[in-house]
Amino acid sequence: MYVAVKGGEKAIANAHALLAKRGRGTADSPRIGYEQVRDQMGVLVSRVMAEGSLYDPDLAAKALLQAQGDVLEAVTLLRSYRTTLPRFGITPAVDTAGLPSERRVSATFKDIPGGQQLGATFDYTHRLLVDELETTDVPPPDVPVDEPMPRVAALLGVDALIESDRPAEGWTDPDPGDLTREPTVFPMTRAERLQALSRGDEGFLLSLGYSTQRGFGNNHPFVGEVRVGEVEVEFEVPEIGHAMPIGRIEVTECEMVNQFVGSADVAPQFTRGYGLVFGRAERKAMSMSLVDRALRRDEFGERSVSPAQDEEFVIAHSDNVQATGFVEHLKLPHYVDFQAELVLIRKLRREFQERQATRESAAHDSTREDTNRLEENA
Amino acid sequence: MNDDRPLLSVTDAGHRYGDRFGCRNVSFDLWPGEVLAVVGESGSGKSTLLGILSQRLRVDEGSIRYRTARADGSGGREGSAEELLELSTLSEREVRRLWRTDWGFVHQNAAEGLRMHVSAGGNVGEPLMANGWRHYGQIRAKAEEWLRRVEIPAERIDDTPATFSGGMRQRVQIARNLVFEPRLVFMDEPTSGLDVSVQARLLDLIRSLVAELGLAVVIVTHDLAVARLISHRTLVMKDGAVIESGLTDRVLDDPQAAYTQLLVSSILQG
Amino acid sequence: MSAPRIVYNEGYLDEQTKRVVRRALLKGVAIPGFQVPFASREVPMPRGWGTGGVQVTASVIGPEDTLKVIDQGADDTTNAVSIRAFFEKVAGAASTTRTDQATIIQTRHRIPETPLVENQILVYQVPIPEPLRMLEPRETETRRLHALEEYGLMYVKLYEDIAKYGHIARTYDYPVLVNGRYVMAPSPTPSFDNPKMHQSPALQLFGAGREKRIYAIPPYTDVESLGFEDYPFEPQRFDRPCEICGSTGVYLDEIIIDDRGGAMFACSDTDYCERTAQQRTEQQSTDTKEVTA
Repeated sequence: MYVAVKGGEKAIANAHALLAKRGRGTADSPRIGYEQVRDQMGVLVSRVMAEGSLYDPDLAAKALLQAQGDVLEAVTLLRSYRTTLPRFGITPAVDTAGLPSERRVSATFKDIPGGQQLGATFDYTHRLLVDELETTDVPPPDVPVDEPMPRVAALLGVDALIESDRPAEGWTDPDPGDLTREPTVFPMTRAERLQALSRGDEGFLLSLGYSTQRGFGNNHPFVGEVRVGEVEVEFEVPEIGHAMPIGRIEVTECEMVNQFVGSADVAPQFTRGYGLVFGRAERKAMSMSLVDRALRRDEFGERSVSPAQDEEFVIAHSDNVQATGFVEHLKLPHYVDFQAELVLIRKLRREFQERQATRESAAHDSTREDTNRLEENA
Repeated sequence: MNDDRPLLSVTDAGHRYGDRFGCRNVSFDLWPGEVLAVVGESGSGKSTLLGILSQRLRVDEGSIRYRTARADGSGGREGSAEELLELSTLSEREVRRLWRTDWGFVHQNAAEGLRMHVSAGGNVGEPLMANGWRHYGQIRAKAEEWLRRVEIPAERIDDTPATFSGGMRQRVQIARNLVFEPRLVFMDEPTSGLDVSVQARLLDLIRSLVAELGLAVVIVTHDLAVARLISHRTLVMKDGAVIESGLTDRVLDDPQAAYTQLLVSSILQG
Repeated sequence: MSAPRIVYNEGYLDEQTKRVVRRALLKGVAIPGFQVPFASREVPMPRGWGTGGVQVTASVIGPEDTLKVIDQGADDTTNAVSIRAFFEKVAGAASTTRTDQATIIQTRHRIPETPLVENQILVYQVPIPEPLRMLEPRETETRRLHALEEYGLMYVKLYEDIAKYGHIARTYDYPVLVNGRYVMAPSPTPSFDNPKMHQSPALQLFGAGREKRIYAIPPYTDVESLGFEDYPFEPQRFDRPCEICGSTGVYLDEIIIDDRGGAMFACSDTDYCERTAQQRTEQQSTDTKEVTA
């Protein structure tokens, strides 16, 4: 008797064993500890935390190890764990301007209050592959950084050269919602969009951001500011009646300054695109701010001509857990629908051949002149 | 038929782009079976007017009323429940119903009014299907009939408009807009962009169909010859305002406003 | 700092999430065929692999339930095995392969051949819940079309098929009209299975995890496969019996048996096939006994 589809259970067990074996490598090399991944592969850990929407370097490192380095698999692990965690409450917005940055650069002004600070960056390193890494000593900084670092956009804001970061009067900060807990429908609010972008796939956002620079939705961007640093997270505790600090997280923030020519009602001024991402993720934060600005086309009455300006296109396809799942599901069995298509295509081919046979015999039988298709005559 | 009231009644209607009016203080009544041409140069506000009449643009001032029954009323098209309803008070559902049953729109660019990669028969049949037709043979017969009426060869019924010439596309668009027997059709420069001889043939076709079906039409054109050929009445627009209106023959033969005189003489000289 | 301990809730989904899903299900039952948005959670399998079905099942399953999971009609395909094992692990539910013993059946791409009865729930895994998606990709627009009951576009697609092929060329995920109101995607089940949805005594629930939509067909609801009066819907048929159990009028898998184009046809519903074959054997042995007696 036919048993080809039998044995699924055993096959799965075998596959799992093989996978574990592949993940172990040769048995005499030591296993990597998650602490090593956390500390020595910080950028990768950042990416898993950002796209996994969970700030926890330990868990992200463990997920990466369990996923044998497959980033999207690690993100999926982290998210499937995150979703089971209860949400105790919400934190007030983090204050990224009030805290000293480890890194802070602006492309718009040569010198800014608080100064330009390169910090830990791959920029200006020579990308020369070396055999062994060495840890260099960090020289003590020339000037201790204790100057406040006001946002560059705030400097422009003094003369209203840039749009305000919130509507002027009568504005109460609306509850931004939580797209991991509440159903979302298009069109989204900007807050929801930013949430989606912040957990979106780095590669996808990079390509979209890049496309806006190449004329597909150009918005003339300048990096107003990129900063990386640790911010304090506070938690509103109803029992106490005020916010309590609960820890610090590292974030990367980018404010992109964009040209806007104005409209009948609004004077020309600069506009903003915003990016905020967990950990060290400069590329992602910059891409996010480009795409955020492109998606604000409705607010500025800009024509929608490019993918990066299309909210449904961008948001519906930016989530890599969804994308990879649906692309990869194609390897699941589809015998049943394929069978339905097989039956159909055989039928269509049979009908095609019948039609052709009829046509050929008709052509033989008579010497009808070709019926020229009537085109429009001038 | 209840003809003691106009089909469409426009009073002091205007639309604003920012702080500038695209058109303003436009008033007229359109009666069943009447063809009204709106003429003017580019930028005169004629397209803006068409936009607010067809609910594509917001009415910022004045009122536009259309004679119809409320969707939930039992009166039907010609029943006693018909009244002149302010268009801006209609729900989206009611407006969409009007587009399915009462109104047509012929675009200058056929690609905006047709599904270019659906067959001609499918294009003409779609409004019928949208109105609940569920018999393939009847839908196809009706589509065939209409393609014939607009002089599309029968064997092209299964070809897509993408493979048609400009004139044929316009004729398919007209068939798609007339197949459900609307009462009012908006036309936006339906013949411009076509060769002169093709234009003449298409205008002839439009004129005879409109007369046969007793359609009310608002046609926007920059071409006075088009207005002369098919319209009963003409509005002349300049800088967003109506500067002259009246029976087409009167307006074109005996223009009162200096601007109209200029327009007419330029045609004669041209 | 102590290392974090990873713990999962009993039944995987927390009770609050289950309530969210149940509320969406109730709304879906109240408006048959309407796609209810819900805050779809991540579950420990990839999106597109039944995450919607898993969330629905997790929200309706109880300790007294018996679960059957099929993929392509079979209980033993790998993804079905994986999902069944998941529920055995996290929900402690009893499982079965027998359609007539299950209270909940989670399925991908098939409706069992054994007729369903009252008090059974059929949970469909849905990849694309929007029947108009391939005609109009924009959700803002398709939601409006559903709200205003504007389905002309769907019929244009069917019209084009008939004009081109002389019949409707759609063999799976064949659109249906539910309770005379909403056009609905039955998920990629073959059109062969469509008639089983009509007036089914069982409750049919649909979960699309990636697309964050839930919808439902309550028991004894009209489900009409779209078509024209003169070109009505025709479910696909097979003009041969199953070569294992001899059943006719069932959905068949074509199984390649050699590299010269040889194939055999057998039931896609493995539970139905096994039991029919078994009954036939029993019948034969009874017949033989009677003859000998």
